[in-house]
Amino acid sequence: MVEEVILLGYWASMFGMRTRIALEEKGVKYEYREEDLSNKSSLLLEMNPIHKKIPVLLHKGKPICESIIQVQYIDEAWPDKNPILPSDPYQRAQARFWSDYIDKKTYGPCKALWSETGEKQEAAKLEFVEVLKTLESELGDKSFFGGNEFGLVDIAFIGYYSWFCTYEKVANFSIVAEFPKVISWAKRCLKRESVAKVLPDSDKVLKSISEYRKIILGIH
Amino acid sequence: MISLYDFYILNEKLKNKLRTEEFDKRKRDECLKLLGFWISPFSRRVEMALKFKGVPYEYLEEDLPKKTPLLLELNPIHKKVPVLVHNDKILSESHVILEYIDLTWSNNPFLPQDPYEKAMARFWAKFVDEQILPLGFMSLVKAETGIEVAIEETRELITYLEKEVTGKYYFGGKTIGFLDMVAGSMIPFCLARAWECMGIDMITHEKFPELNRWINKLNEVEIVRECIPPKEKHIERMNQIVERIKST
Repeated sequence: MVEEVILLGYWASMFGMRTRIALEEKGVKYEYREEDLSNKSSLLLEMNPIHKKIPVLLHKGKPICESIIQVQYIDEAWPDKNPILPSDPYQRAQARFWSDYIDKKTYGPCKALWSETGEKQEAAKLEFVEVLKTLESELGDKSFFGGNEFGLVDIAFIGYYSWFCTYEKVANFSIVAEFPKVISWAKRCLKRESVAKVLPDSDKVLKSISEYRKIILGIH
Repeated sequence: MISLYDFYILNEKLKNKLRTEEFDKRKRDECLKLLGFWISPFSRRVEMALKFKGVPYEYLEEDLPKKTPLLLELNPIHKKVPVLVHNDKILSESHVILEYIDLTWSNNPFLPQDPYEKAMARFWAKFVDEQILPLGFMSLVKAETGIEVAIEETRELITYLEKEVTGKYYFGGKTIGFLDMVAGSMIPFCLARAWECMGIDMITHEKFPELNRWINKLNEVEIVRECIPPKEKHIERMNQIVERIKST
């Protein structure tokens, strides 16, 4: 029997991490396939012809694209274990709002933080700091974004934690010093098996980005 | 044959259930306000959803680009319409609001029930707002020499929707659904008016027979017609917006 669930991803992608964490939370057996983004597989191009991006989730041969949509799908297709979204409609709306906020506000700045220099990088840093301030405030004294339970918003943002060291190093600022609540939230999330298994080593991310900046941008 | 006592208990349980349902309904429908803007497809689609559910609401018009203190207070993060206020709950972002409406008023569900179909509806809705809108509007308006290329690129994206609606009355099947509200508010009754004032026939009958059929079907739906901005006034306003974007 062919694997029912296949995930096409990339080790450092915080988007792919979301979907993997969701699958791990639900205890779903899946096959993970690492994509070489400089040489995308024919399966990836066939299953995500519009965006040609990872992650792509395949369930019984049918593709689902976009990580937040995938996480919600996983929650609905495997409803019996570890609910990712709350059952109350308003709480669900809040979870969707914040995961959408994270997507809209971090995508551009986070990419520019590691791939740019000078003014563009500075502007990206300021934008990302604003996001961190908002999230620090939204977190408050809660254990997780949704309250006491690990859920969608935590899954949406935790992957970025593996990139914090990289952002701090290349853009010269401290997240650890300025955002203690976000940091202790991240460490709390890392205690979960799903997160610990999926998140890559921060050092590995930093090394990879440093290489990129050395070769492409000429920065040592 | 049940005893009088059993009958009494059953009756009490039924009365209690009806009282709770009635109370729930009254509580749900208690206070519903929508902050919107007449030309915003994002607020128009929320109106479609509320009318689809038959839920009464109070509409408050924002005179954009001026933003009222109320809007800034209710949506400090994005400072945008639509904002839905339901009793003490404040919601923003149209897709979030639509899903909230569908769950809160469970009659006539407009999102598919099957998880895969639901995921597809969400994917295409995101595609309309995050791919078709930026390319089919901002990029197009700003493209001076490259406009033909921009038009073709937009048509390529729209072709995906043509395939999605083929063989169906609506994206939602036999009746309108979530994707019809999202795509309907955005494409035929918003972007098409921008294209018209730029002299562009984007969704040609020849290339997009299914989408044209869908647009005609949408026009037959009363709640959709009630939620479309009046054409002439809309095109006039679109003209102003297009000119303003071109001059920046």
